[in-house]
Amino acid sequence: MSPLEIFFIFSAGITLVAAAMVVTARNLVHSAWWLILTLFGVAVLFALLNASFFAVIQVVIYIGAISILIIFAIMMTRRVAQDTGPKFNKDWGLAVAVSLFLFGGVTWMLSTWENFNIAPPTMPVDTDPLRQLGQALVSPDAYVLPFELASVLLLAALVGSIIIAWEKK
Amino acid sequence: MTFLSDPISSIGNWLENFLIGLGLAPNFSALIVTAIGAFVLAAFGLMIVLLLIWFERKAVARMQDRLGPNRIGPYGIFQSVADTLKLLTKEYITPAGADKVVYNLAPLFAVMAVLGIWAVIPFAATVYGSDINVGALYIVAVGAIGVLAIIMAGWSSNNKYALLGAFRVVSQLLCYEVPLVITLLIPVMLAGSMGMNAIVMAQDTWFIFLAPLGFLIFLIASIAEVGRAPFDLLEADSEIVAGFNIEYSGMKFGMFFVAEFLHAFTIGAVVATLFLGGWRGPGAETYPILGTIYFFIKAFIVYFIVVWARGTFPRIRIDQMLNFSWKFLTPLALVLLIVMAVQLKLVEGSPTWVYVTSSFAVNVLIAFGTIHLLRSFARRERKRVSEERPLATAPESDFQQI
Repeated sequence: MSPLEIFFIFSAGITLVAAAMVVTARNLVHSAWWLILTLFGVAVLFALLNASFFAVIQVVIYIGAISILIIFAIMMTRRVAQDTGPKFNKDWGLAVAVSLFLFGGVTWMLSTWENFNIAPPTMPVDTDPLRQLGQALVSPDAYVLPFELASVLLLAALVGSIIIAWEKK
Repeated sequence: MTFLSDPISSIGNWLENFLIGLGLAPNFSALIVTAIGAFVLAAFGLMIVLLLIWFERKAVARMQDRLGPNRIGPYGIFQSVADTLKLLTKEYITPAGADKVVYNLAPLFAVMAVLGIWAVIPFAATVYGSDINVGALYIVAVGAIGVLAIIMAGWSSNNKYALLGAFRVVSQLLCYEVPLVITLLIPVMLAGSMGMNAIVMAQDTWFIFLAPLGFLIFLIASIAEVGRAPFDLLEADSEIVAGFNIEYSGMKFGMFFVAEFLHAFTIGAVVATLFLGGWRGPGAETYPILGTIYFFIKAFIVYFIVVWARGTFPRIRIDQMLNFSWKFLTPLALVLLIVMAVQLKLVEGSPTWVYVTSSFAVNVLIAFGTIHLLRSFARRERKRVSEERPLATAPESDFQQI
């Protein structure tokens, strides 16, 4: 095993454990901390795939913005953040079966894929993936339409939230 | 000779060759040398804080016509060492009802978030932690961990003042992150890259001359990000005792303290890299050690400005803090970014002096326009405030419309 593989298994394991803790932790704020660890683990996976831009963006958006807003919302409710009821409802067996079935299916699909052992192509030294990504996002041949649509959607959400928060005169 | 001109990387190279000579695999010994380098950088960052605390106390004291620390060592330079020893011997108190794990993790995260920034800052042509191609964004991402640390501290302390302080911190940090990131895009746009090394290499003319207004907005937003005076309402002693770190004692408090001071100096380092040409200066390419000296001089000048602002301005109120970001800095930064993007596209390919003067002129024009707008707004406000109003109104009159 190469050091990279060891590191991958280590970080993937932490991500999975943290993800399980998100849904099983009793305290809502603890769930949020575990969620942050999970998202950070995903960022590490991106970094291991040489996608440094996505790794950083993952941290900026999911940890820096979304998780902090979640925690902020939970912190307003300090006394009700503690859950005392049972952790599982009566359908937990079905949930386990469905998720095992899905996981098994995906694993089986991937195991039949024969391109597993192909080494990733080595990129020329002077390629800048970030620049290519940026150009692809604004080039008419590539993704300019989805990119602009997503921007319009976000703008609409922004305007909508301002209108909701607007003080009625 | 190479040792004298570039001591840090020649020590690194020597150590790596030594380890390979001992029979270690090359990539493994490179890993060891990198780890040692990271450790040395972190230790250096924490050590420099002792000097910074002394410097800041001394400088602010002089501004207030006092002497400052002057007992221990020449000019009181060892005062912070004594303070550190005192903090180390203090008792650690964990408040009842505190969330122990989160409570103890928070100070670690606070220091980690600041030291993480140092990983991408180039200290000289050959001396840098890591040259990732998203360095500028990385700084923003690491800053998010700092916010997280403060929320952790505020929430886990089981203290109302700490929680209030954390709320204030989060609202302030989220507010000022917006203009900060927008103005961060200006050096990125000018350099055509997000890597910190590429940004330094692109500064044949320092970016402060190309975007003086951007520099100012970035500096102000960074000061707000650290929560220093005049933006220190998040630990305003007279209002919320000490804010998020009220329950911490001993070295746990010390770590928050270290994080704050180091962050202030880190601002200096980031601003020096992005706007003041980083390590560049006469002779820095051939003698990297000169570059390191230039870099620290520049960083210290910016740090002095931060201290100066702390010693000069009174604390602002929370509504002023929010208004200043959302109604002033953010729109200004957005306008500046869009105008500069258009202007840079227009002068693309023209000689350097056209490029520099047009960027400078655009910045000055926007600054003048802003000052003019502010003046007319202030005039209207003064008129509105000076109008005669009834001394007291019935409370119902405010709700008539609803």
